[in-house]
Order: sequence, then C-alpha cells, then structure tokens
Amino acid sequence: MNTTVRLQREVFDVAAEVKKLTHGRSDVGALVTFTGICRADENGEKIAALTLEHYPGMAEAEIARHVDEASARWPLLGATVIHRFGRIAPGEDIVMVATASSHREAAFAAAEFLMDYLKTRAPFWKQVEKPGGTNLVEKTWVDAKATDDVAAERWTAPRREAAK
Amino acid sequence: MKLRYFAWVRERVGLAEEDVDPPSGVATVADLVAWLTKRGEGYAYAFENPKVIRAAIDKSHVRADARIAGAGEIAFFPPMTGG
Repeated sequence: MNTTVRLQREVFDVAAEVKKLTHGRSDVGALVTFTGICRADENGEKIAALTLEHYPGMAEAEIARHVDEASARWPLLGATVIHRFGRIAPGEDIVMVATASSHREAAFAAAEFLMDYLKTRAPFWKQVEKPGGTNLVEKTWVDAKATDDVAAERWTAPRREAAK
Repeated sequence: MKLRYFAWVRERVGLAEEDVDPPSGVATVADLVAWLTKRGEGYAYAFENPKVIRAAIDKSHVRADARIAGAGEIAFFPPMTGG
C-alpha cells in the first residue's frame, strides 16, 4: 500500500498529495479526501490563531498504527495523513487525510475512521490565541470534546460484538 | 526513567521533561502519579484530577494500571485535541 504519514510546520498542498496516490496507476476507483481547516471562532468566540503542540515520535507512530489498522479493515490502495503543528491562522489547513481504494465504501469508511482516531488518540493539543493587540497574548487550551470520543468509540463497538 | 509532560500538564509542572528515580514501591502509572503529586505544588496542580490525565510508555498509550518496570520514557498529557 502507498502510505504517507507526515507532521510538518509548513502548509501542505492537498492536490499534489492526492495526485501521488493516483498517478501512474489505474486500479484506484475511489479517492476520498478530508481537510481540517482552522476556523476564526472557537465555542462562539473569535480567535486570532491556533497553536498545535505535539509529542514528536509518538504522534507519527500513533497515526501510522491507525493507518495500519485501517488497511487491515478495508481494502485500501493508498493512504496519506499530514498533520501540521505550530501556529495556524484561521483559513489555513490543519490536517488532511486521503484514502484510495478500488471502490468508494472502503475509501469513505477508512477516511472517517482515521479522522475519528486522529482526534482522540494522536498526541496533539490545540491552544487558542485570542485577538488582543497587546504584547501579552492570551492563550487557552482547547478542551477535548465528548462527541469526539463517541465518534471514535463507534469503530470499536462492532468488533467487541463480533468477539462475543 | 525519563518523564515528559505536554500541554497544560507541562505548564503546571513547570517542566517539559526530567529524569526521575522513583522508589521501588512505585509499580504502576497510577503509583507514579501519586508519587509525583507529593513532589510540589505544580505537580499537585497538574495531577489534581488524575482521571483526566493520559499516559504513554515509550510512545504508546497505556492505562493507569500499566506497570512501569522497564519503561524508558513515560509521558503525561491532557486528553488530545488534534485533527
């Protein structure tokens, strides 16, 4: 399988990354991409930027483990996960997931699975920077959402049932 | 063993990483948290609600009852908010 897992400070080019998954091959019949973008508000409040902290080494390893699990669950031909860290301004991309398969079901499901696990298992932490204009920039950590845990949990439930 | 702290756990402890040598009775991640809590105000604040603290041993997620014997690096951090 054609796998790319990358963490970087710089912006990424979704179109260029997607092309790498399909270029020169004719077996890919479905390609799904998801892009997570920095909004200008968090919980109804305006923000100046997000800063993402991560655990180098573990973040890559954790994402790679989930890409392996996705490829064990679905017949994937390729998967790309790129996650940025550092300061990210509203309108900029934060994360992309692209999955390639022969048919759409696997590509859709694997992309959703990877995003759900990225949110709850990949060691990244978002900090919000409030607009101020003073020298002292106010930063607050974003709280984890219970809805993200529920979204990730649904991928484990059927497996537990199957194990009974 | 090396300890690493991230996000608000790092800010509250006041360190990104440190080397520690806990006594032999400290066998699990939960024991280690209890031991760290007694080391000072910053630690007590960081671990005031142990249920929300996540841990990793050698860059893999572990539960509070995981044994720490043989661990090279143990990390503590809040619930993750990436993606």
